[in-house]
Amino acid sequence: MPPAQDQAMPTPDSNIVPEKIRDGIEVVINGEPFRHTGDPAMPLLWYLRDVLRLTGTKYGGDAQAGNGADLVLVDGRPVPAIGQPMKALAGKRVTTVEGLAANDGTLHPLQQAFIDEDAIGCGYCTPGWLISGVALLTRTAQPSDDDIDRLPNLCRCGSQTRVRRAIKRAAAGKAGQA
Amino acid sequence: MSGQIQLSRRRFLQVLTGTAGALIVGIRTAGAVDLPPALLGGTFQSLGPYVQIDSDGNVLIGARDPDTGTGVATSLPRIIADELDADWNRVSVIPLGLGVENDHGQPRWIYGRQLGGTGGSIPAAWQELRQVGALARWLLLQAAARRLGVPADRLRCESGTVIAPDGRRVTYGSLVEVAGKIPLTKSVPPVKTPERYTLIGAPAGDVDAHAIVTGQASYAIDHHYGDALVAVLVHCPWPDGTLARIDTAATLAVKGVVKVLQLQPEKDQPLGETAIAPAVAVLAQDTWSALQGRDKLELEWKPGASGTQSSYALEQQAQALLDGDDAPTTRVRNDGDVDAAGKKAARRLEATYVQPWLAHATAEPMNCLVRLDKDRASLVVPTQAPQRAWAVVQRLTGLAPDHIDIRVPRVGGGYGRRLDHDYVAEAVMLAKLVDKPVRLLWTRAQDFGHDFYRAASVHRISAIVGRKRELIGWNQRMASASALVQRGVPDNRLWTSETRADQLPAGLVPNYRSDWYGLESAMPRGPMRGMPHLSNAFAVESFIDEIAHMMREDPLKTRLRLLGEPRTLALAGGGTLDLGRLANVLKLVADRIEWKNWLRSVNGLGIACWHVDGAYVAHAIEASMQGEKLTIERAVCAVDVGRVINPLGLQGQVAGATLDALSTALNLAVTYKDGQIQQHDYKSYPLASMAQLPNDVEVITVPGDRSPAGASFLAMPTAAPALANAVFRASAVRVRRLPLMKELLRLL
Repeated sequence: MPPAQDQAMPTPDSNIVPEKIRDGIEVVINGEPFRHTGDPAMPLLWYLRDVLRLTGTKYGGDAQAGNGADLVLVDGRPVPAIGQPMKALAGKRVTTVEGLAANDGTLHPLQQAFIDEDAIGCGYCTPGWLISGVALLTRTAQPSDDDIDRLPNLCRCGSQTRVRRAIKRAAAGKAGQA
Repeated sequence: MSGQIQLSRRRFLQVLTGTAGALIVGIRTAGAVDLPPALLGGTFQSLGPYVQIDSDGNVLIGARDPDTGTGVATSLPRIIADELDADWNRVSVIPLGLGVENDHGQPRWIYGRQLGGTGGSIPAAWQELRQVGALARWLLLQAAARRLGVPADRLRCESGTVIAPDGRRVTYGSLVEVAGKIPLTKSVPPVKTPERYTLIGAPAGDVDAHAIVTGQASYAIDHHYGDALVAVLVHCPWPDGTLARIDTAATLAVKGVVKVLQLQPEKDQPLGETAIAPAVAVLAQDTWSALQGRDKLELEWKPGASGTQSSYALEQQAQALLDGDDAPTTRVRNDGDVDAAGKKAARRLEATYVQPWLAHATAEPMNCLVRLDKDRASLVVPTQAPQRAWAVVQRLTGLAPDHIDIRVPRVGGGYGRRLDHDYVAEAVMLAKLVDKPVRLLWTRAQDFGHDFYRAASVHRISAIVGRKRELIGWNQRMASASALVQRGVPDNRLWTSETRADQLPAGLVPNYRSDWYGLESAMPRGPMRGMPHLSNAFAVESFIDEIAHMMREDPLKTRLRLLGEPRTLALAGGGTLDLGRLANVLKLVADRIEWKNWLRSVNGLGIACWHVDGAYVAHAIEASMQGEKLTIERAVCAVDVGRVINPLGLQGQVAGATLDALSTALNLAVTYKDGQIQQHDYKSYPLASMAQLPNDVEVITVPGDRSPAGASFLAMPTAAPALANAVFRASAVRVRRLPLMKELLRLL
């Protein structure tokens, strides 16, 4: 007896109902599409942390007066995730610290350079430094000290001099080298 | 199979056999229940700082002290791994939760000390952790001796392998099963001699680095229990205030909001062990709902007696006290006769230094995850002191000691803030009122607005200089509100958080007096990184520069003459002050920054030195002024901590502490008016930007073989005075009031 699927397909109904347009906000996070159906005013930070449980992006404070621990890339631009309501992100591409490495786990050169230079204090604000650092390197392949000075991040542990070295190391193509 | 070697009356080295024959060596307290290994579950549940080697050769090391960014999760396991001659690439580090057992209703801390960020982790670990590795290596050697038919003393270990004189090699993994059955001797096998160290003294990056840069590192704030409610609070602006009116209707109408609850600090509890102020809590299904509900609360708070206080008035009070003739609260030290010395003065100098209130500004705000079951509490806590957190939970729940499970993941900064556990008390109080786990989150504004602050201080110092430019008298008077009030410390010890009896230049000036005047303030105060060295070093090391200037002398020369011949002085608090080591770090930074250019350099050069509990630090800073723009061109720091465990980690700590101290000195001050804190975010409490900080901190570490001293805040005290001294050379403006930028711009 032939398998069921080989039998003739039944004639489709003439009054088939087209699929409803799905509601919610579609946003691509680290290359993967997600659909947010909750409060459109919810800031991206809480969507990442509470809904997706992507907790690499940290709570830093208010958008205008935080420490940069919640920076993410939206269409390549570094912005505080707490200042981005989900409704403003429809169709946008978001990259968080979890999305900086390649899919096979290969680190972004700046991630590797942070390891090389031990550019870490407590590590809580580090994801934010990486995001603004990656944005800087994308914009300016060879950033000057003045360029680095303009990074918005704050750190009480005092990782800044090591972060500066890490950015220069990554820019020089020396990440992962002795 | 298990066995023990007694270390002290109460502590044992214990050997266990784990799953699949893994060899486990750890430290535990006497009298502990000797569970069969099968019941141990994760060994780290039962065995303290420990090492486990499995049959594949993988090594697991438990780290007992919370890592708040000090690097102890890396350096402590390396102390064990070095003794073991482990292959560091095969070592994984597990942060140990709180180790507590039930000792007839009392807690028994089975891991011993569990405390982070106080500068004591490495000194304590050095005393006992090495023995864990040494015993494990000894067992593996005995096993290898049997296998190879060669006496153990002719074998050597290298990177996870035992090597025989004829070149035969056996991996640790293949030896563990036999090693676990070797009968123990009565005494601990000797630890290595320094020339055989392989990991100690070699640089190592942070063990959590990969997890951190990929966003996988998990802090307490990142933890969840599936059905936990998120709790956010509104605190009363005044610690002694009361709630006059509350309307929760709009809040409860917010989708996702479950409950609104009120919290009261418990009466008669020490500061830091109960809620910091009355509060209203909004509990919701997620953070966003909770925050929206919080915004819709209608609350009216009534101030208590503190509602009229201000930081300005407190400073006026301090100045008035120092202007007057009142007897000090405590005469901290009195050598010789300062008053009599005054009559022999060729020159005198007096100056007053004013330093502001400070906040902790940890990157990770206060938070706590707690789940209360019928007879068990499970918590994830960002704490520096899990044993103190335990005490708060136990008091509030009445649970048996070992039914309180506290996990401590990596902590997003401590600086002393997380030696207090008001936020743990809040979370537990809330969890008792609802039948779900609670995830408490403070907002950034609360973190700034409800801290246990470091109080302001006013130092008035006068110096008496003799005819031969020698310092013959030093009279230091300091006024501040002690950090130890309401913390179970007797009145005659309240000064100990404010100054030290043996700080510079005590012991070096024949007539030396140090008086402390205690101030009262309702603003909550508590431990702060670098206290009391930070404020005292700024005043003393600035003043020594002023003395040098008065004498028209190179301030390095003045300092070296003051330190005199290399010798040691006994310190009041125990230990010794090695003046040779102190002079050495001073000379090292002077050489590096090319101090010989001090007089003719266009930029200003400044220098300072200090000692902290047997460790030594000096800074030299080069600063330039262009109009009103101050640039820190170079920062050099030399430290002498004795033996260095992880040079890379130490460099990071020293550079980091330097930047923290510079940031604090340049910009930071907490103020309050009408009893209310006026700083609520990073705009009003502006940690230094990259542009304000030096591009590099040149760190010099003095090699040494003395037992290692802690370094977590060692490099803080001298950064601010070196900066102020450099700014004086660059601008001719002497800054005696912090924050420096504000005062400099006022004086320019």
